[in-house]
Amino acid sequence: MSPATISQSQESTAAAETAGALVRVRDVHKVYTRGSERIDVLQGVNLDVPRGDFVALMGPSGSGKTTLLNLLAGLDRPSGGTVQIGHDRIDKMGEGELARWRSHHVGFVFQLYNLLPTLTAERNVELPLLLTSLSVNERKKHVSAVLTVVGLSDRSKHYPRQLSGGQEQRVAIARAIVADPTLLLCDEPTGDLDRKSEEEILDLLQALNREHGKTIIMVTHNAHAAARARRIVYLNKGQLQSEAIQ
Amino acid sequence: MKFLPLIWSNLRRKRVRTLFTLLSILVAFLMFGYLIAVSNAFNIGVQIAGVDRLVLTNKVSIILPLPISDLERIEQVPGVTDVAHADWFGGIYQDPKNFFAQIAADPERYLRLYPEFLLPEDQKKAWMADRTGAICGKYLADRFHWKIGDRIPIMAAWQKKDGTTSWEFNLDGIYTGATPTTDTTQFIFHYKYFDESRVNGHGEVGWYIIRIAHPDQAPQIADRIDAMFANSDYETKTSTEKAFMQGFAKQVGDIGAIITAILSVVFFIILLVAGNTMMQSVRERVTELAVLKTVGFSNGLILTLVLVESLMLAAMGGLLGLGLAWLLIRRGDPTGGALPIFVMPTGSLALGMVAILLLGLATGSLPALQAMRLRVVQSLRRA
Repeated sequence: MSPATISQSQESTAAAETAGALVRVRDVHKVYTRGSERIDVLQGVNLDVPRGDFVALMGPSGSGKTTLLNLLAGLDRPSGGTVQIGHDRIDKMGEGELARWRSHHVGFVFQLYNLLPTLTAERNVELPLLLTSLSVNERKKHVSAVLTVVGLSDRSKHYPRQLSGGQEQRVAIARAIVADPTLLLCDEPTGDLDRKSEEEILDLLQALNREHGKTIIMVTHNAHAAARARRIVYLNKGQLQSEAIQ
Repeated sequence: MKFLPLIWSNLRRKRVRTLFTLLSILVAFLMFGYLIAVSNAFNIGVQIAGVDRLVLTNKVSIILPLPISDLERIEQVPGVTDVAHADWFGGIYQDPKNFFAQIAADPERYLRLYPEFLLPEDQKKAWMADRTGAICGKYLADRFHWKIGDRIPIMAAWQKKDGTTSWEFNLDGIYTGATPTTDTTQFIFHYKYFDESRVNGHGEVGWYIIRIAHPDQAPQIADRIDAMFANSDYETKTSTEKAFMQGFAKQVGDIGAIITAILSVVFFIILLVAGNTMMQSVRERVTELAVLKTVGFSNGLILTLVLVESLMLAAMGGLLGLGLAWLLIRRGDPTGGALPIFVMPTGSLALGMVAILLLGLATGSLPALQAMRLRVVQSLRRA
């Protein structure tokens, strides 16, 4: 990184902190090429998410919601523009740096839970803690605490196949929050659940936001789910169209 | 250590497949251990050959005799410090399958040439004083449950002057080996008794064993001796004991090369089997690996986890195979006498460990690289 870039980065970090935004996305573009075809998935997206916010990202299929979420998680890189989370310009990070950054700052909840089927609930939840220097007992304490938060302390020894969809998703949420990340990113977290389980998961996310101060960005198709967020952001054809504060 | 449950859970994912792969590795290493012991047994003579000993045989063939009168002439050759002679008796004890080496020799000279044969002094004295006495190695005594004082009847092709071919010997001593690899399978008796009792072949011996002062002069001394008997009725061929044993072993075929060829094929097949298991295993959990990367597992860590998994599989199968081979080899010579020194050499265990490591790395490298290079977004999209 050149001195000019460092100073630019420091300036923008300072500006972001001044503005109180945890997530700061500026003029982000994402282009995919499939053969000779060029697909502009994101076209100049700007987004600020303050610490402690709960944002629902909505939009039709192909609007770029998941792509934006992946960029915020550091799983993909923008073709242009900047992505800053807290003090970190993640669009400038290398692979190894991004992996380390994710382990400290991001919890990710998938639509299909994506628990490891060969591990028990507690072992699944423990995964992010394996990357820390915590002792076995400390890891156990953390895992037990978050399983209690998600209401599954009595299912810690169960394998994913022994859990319902709602319970699996709660384990996935426990895994996402166990390392106390800065940002919780959810990709259609209720998309595969029945109504009752959906309510439970939304209650849980809302509690995490309101009672534990977690900053959450949730991609959803579901207006009912989006209604639980503090703010709804609409994406269409790769551009932010509107915002609604609730 | 903290990643061990994660690695172990992956091995338990498809238990039957893991078990079969484990068994195939186990069989490969069982074969490895066992065949190494076989190869070692065939070549043990070469390994334990004395560096200061030469063997002199008839130039035409080892089965043709030499005159005992050569002994004095050989002793005169500069550089030679001692000489003994020996004869192959080739008799049968009770049953033709009870094969072992029976040697007619001058006791004093023979024991001087083979100091690694440890015979208690009182037994040695008893043997020297007993014309029909014999000694045998501990392996042989244990094999046939012989004890000192036993009378050992041996049927031979050699006819005695009394018209029979039945030779009887008193067992006067049982020698042990100075090292675990010393040959304790020989049955040695007085040449004098043999020569005086037989109808044919008086004054002839089978071969000579020659001790030299300086092993580095072996080629010159051998040439000098052979030159001395050149153009005589009994031309000679003198070689180091090691070369002699090598030639003897090669009469059976190049066992080492045959075993290397078999093991190469076996390990190549195992490489494909275990490699395929690992490839399949990684292919099946692309999404899980992507999830681990999402959580923050670095590419290097993913590579290490897959490699360790592969190494664990190879180590479990390999160590079980080597252990089983060790247990089987401990039961002793599977041929009942043809391979008396049947042990697993310490070096082969180390070689086995290296083979385990190489197998683990070879089968794990490709899937590990594949897992490392996996792109999270694409992998999750595939799910």
